[in-house]
Amino acid sequence: MKKDFIKGTWNEAIDVRDFIQKNYKPYEGDDSFLVGMSKKTETIWDKAKSLIEEEIEKGIIDIETKVFSAIDAFDPGYISKEDEVIVGFQTDAPLKRIMNPYGGFRMLENSLEAYGYTISDEMADDFQAYRKTHNAGVFDAYTTDMKTARTVGLMTGLPDAYGRGRIIGDYRRISLYGTDYLIAEKKKDLKALESKVANEYYIRLREEISMQIAALKEITAMAKSYGDDISKPAKDAREAVQFFYYGYLAAVKENNGAAMSLGRNTAFLDIYIERDIEAGLLTEETAQELIDQLVIKLRMVRHLRTPDYNVLFAGDPTWVTESIGGIGEDGRSLVTKTAYRFLHTLTNLDPAPEPNMTVLWSEALPTNFKRYCSKMSIETGAIQYENDDLMRPIYGDDYGIACCVSPMRIGKDMQFFGARSNLAKALLYAINEGQDEFKRNKDGSLIKVIRDIPKLPEAGAAGEVLKYEEVLPRFEKVMAELAELYVNTMNTIHYMHDKYAYEKGQMALHDSEVHRIMAFGVAGLSIVADSLSAIKYAKVTPVRDEAGIAIDFNIEGEFPMFGNDDDRVDTLASDAVKFFMAELKKHETYRDSQQTLSVLTITSNVVYGKKTGATPDGRAKGEAFAPGANPMHGRDKMGALASLNSVAKIPFEDVCQDGISNTFSIVPTALGRAENDRLVNLSGLLDGYFAKGAFHLNVNVLSRALLVDAMENPAKYPTLTIRVSGYAVHFNRLTREQKEEVIMRTFHERV
Amino acid sequence: MSVLKGKLHSIETMGLVDGPGIRTVFFFQGCPLRCQYCHNPDSQSFSGLAEITAEEIVATALRYKSYYDATGGGVTFSGGEPLMQSAFILEALKALKEKGIATCIDTSGYGQMTYYEEIFKYTDHILLDIKHTRNDVHQTLTGLDMGGIKNFLHALEGFSGTVTIRHVMVPGLSDDQKVMDEILQMIAPIQKNVDKIDILPYHKAGTEKYSQLNIPYQLETVPAMNQDLAAVFEKEINEKLQALKKSALSKTA
Repeated sequence: MKKDFIKGTWNEAIDVRDFIQKNYKPYEGDDSFLVGMSKKTETIWDKAKSLIEEEIEKGIIDIETKVFSAIDAFDPGYISKEDEVIVGFQTDAPLKRIMNPYGGFRMLENSLEAYGYTISDEMADDFQAYRKTHNAGVFDAYTTDMKTARTVGLMTGLPDAYGRGRIIGDYRRISLYGTDYLIAEKKKDLKALESKVANEYYIRLREEISMQIAALKEITAMAKSYGDDISKPAKDAREAVQFFYYGYLAAVKENNGAAMSLGRNTAFLDIYIERDIEAGLLTEETAQELIDQLVIKLRMVRHLRTPDYNVLFAGDPTWVTESIGGIGEDGRSLVTKTAYRFLHTLTNLDPAPEPNMTVLWSEALPTNFKRYCSKMSIETGAIQYENDDLMRPIYGDDYGIACCVSPMRIGKDMQFFGARSNLAKALLYAINEGQDEFKRNKDGSLIKVIRDIPKLPEAGAAGEVLKYEEVLPRFEKVMAELAELYVNTMNTIHYMHDKYAYEKGQMALHDSEVHRIMAFGVAGLSIVADSLSAIKYAKVTPVRDEAGIAIDFNIEGEFPMFGNDDDRVDTLASDAVKFFMAELKKHETYRDSQQTLSVLTITSNVVYGKKTGATPDGRAKGEAFAPGANPMHGRDKMGALASLNSVAKIPFEDVCQDGISNTFSIVPTALGRAENDRLVNLSGLLDGYFAKGAFHLNVNVLSRALLVDAMENPAKYPTLTIRVSGYAVHFNRLTREQKEEVIMRTFHERV
Repeated sequence: MSVLKGKLHSIETMGLVDGPGIRTVFFFQGCPLRCQYCHNPDSQSFSGLAEITAEEIVATALRYKSYYDATGGGVTFSGGEPLMQSAFILEALKALKEKGIATCIDTSGYGQMTYYEEIFKYTDHILLDIKHTRNDVHQTLTGLDMGGIKNFLHALEGFSGTVTIRHVMVPGLSDDQKVMDEILQMIAPIQKNVDKIDILPYHKAGTEKYSQLNIPYQLETVPAMNQDLAAVFEKEINEKLQALKKSALSKTA
């Protein structure tokens, strides 16, 4: 007999957290209960694996060119129907990609062309005749200054031609409540708005809720095509996993956002699984089978991208980020057996970049779980860690990570993703009167990006030396101007995204009144800190070309560098982000969203470097930036913990509250001589680092020699997974340049 | 404020193989030995530029306290030979213990003898490198005879902390059972305090430092020690050590 769930406020209104808190069972034991994959899973995984390998070789398996993206526009697809316990692909076949024209039509055409596919003239003409895209809207409203800052690469990666992503639907709601109830609740919300004045705010809200109701019906129909009735709550563990997955599947059928993350689901799913195990309806093997098969599906999510996109975000990432663990507000650990089962897929199905396994680390996590995570990091290199003790006081205990490092309360917050601005370039503008040091107009003249930056008093004079007290105020002026431009640009983008590419399926799985976050970002922070430090503590002489642009810098003397736990330079980094954030907060945001900031580059640090001239810290023109908040390669001289401590000083709360990414690579033998030492040391390292108030750590345990070998002999390492800034990637899917950059990074090893 | 200063070679903030847990390692400049396989030949000379005070050591260590607390780690003094700067080391150890920071010394046992007893009072853990068990080989391998290590082992009988023995196994020099047994004999008087014996296989990484420093590398023709074989020696010697400790314990009981 199945026992009944413990009742609570979740029975009166939508409250998934309450359901979890009332019903979940923390697990403090070790990993010895875990089992291998089932026969069915093995069959599916074999087929999936060879398809994935074929895809890496060919670049793409197939594109559905007859239908545009929508929740219920595709026939059901299977890979091996009789073995699939969890079903559902984006289209009618695995790895067959969707055409999503709503972000921008040219982007779609370029992607099709890159892979040798075509769309019928009729479809293309009709779409363009009758439907405006997000991209077209944005460019109708962009100002000249916005376009200039975008062209020179002061702001890059903006979601103005593709889906913004970083929205996490509360997919659990479908399993817990069924869509009938969710629709009824939305209808109630809509009804309550009828008495409101018809101003822009309420008109839009009513339209959106109506669209959300339509989306819930589409999700129901889509699930029905696979033979499931999701209008009622899930009755057992299979349905819980499957219904939840339909919610996510709808999201990736409708949208092609850069990051389409999953949320925080293991404790929720564990409740159903443990109940069925107790009732004798499920064994450990069939429980693991559900999770393995879910993960196989998640690993096969794809979006159609252009080759340009791949240069920025390499390896076909989808950021199916799953947040695992953490501690509840009542002090109980949120680690369940299903947290283990989820991580265990890295063993059963080989290491892989997706889903993006994100452990919410707390000092109070059970020791056994800490050890297991360390073991999995050492074996697979596929886990990232984020500081639950830092996030819980702000976001409670039912938040999840979108993309790499962006926290949000599930079903209650949504984010306006804003990519990032190049702060190293901004610093050069302080020295070059707001003119770009790299790009020129077609006639060869200089491009003025930021106006009214006064010339340095000695600029161009013989023996010109940069003075900190002259450069800093100019840099702050550039940041202030950039902040205003950046906010206005983001407002424009997200206004148009809401208008032309609204994520109705995902927003249907949010509260009707959501809290909105506008997430800004910076790249090149360690270069800024080191450059300001060089100017302050050493003697920096710019080398100017005939146009007066500083194209190189001569540095005499020593200066403290970011990454050595030296407050003289580390505060320069913190001051820069604090200043920039304060400026961002001065400006009005679209839909009253809350400004946050990230220090994150993903793999775009290589491209940023390419587009940025030489910097006063001694970095050469075109040289890659360090990823995320990392110190520049080889500048940390005191070992890894000094480097971690420097990054830990970058403030999270109210400043970089959209996350601070740090990537750490260590040679296995440097972690300790015996296996037990390695486990103790790695989890102690995480405890120690996060106790310093740090936010995030990617952990790679591998040797440089192995990567060099993998670069030369890719076939030897088909599943080699490494963590780059905020996500994991198959090493083989990186470009040669990106591989070289990864290999160049500081590895912590001792002889 | 003290006027004593230590001559410092470098600091490694993530020492994971330098004593229990995560350790901040202070490498001191200068060593009386000239081990042919030394990985840090640049730390051998006693003339160095960088100096550090006990206060600075404590201030640096406190920045890593959260890592020590999580792993039972602390500070390790290494080198060079830290015990050649004993007056300073003693002061630094006292200062660390005052702040509740665990201490460890990584030594070859060639230091200033008069300080040993006092230093041991403020040391939790010692990593003792035994270079060889035979005087002639020791002389060739390190430039000095075994007098120093014998004195140190004798002094260690009064040490109440834990000792980890280390030995770099070089093919042709010590990869045989007899040397292993001789190590056990050498440490017999202090074996109750020895937690384990690490056999470190000699490897060739780091030899480029010699060409950079223009020092001839004596072991050029010696191959790297087979790691699996070294692991077998390590397993055996530790089993014997534990058996010896057990039987000694039952005798006293």
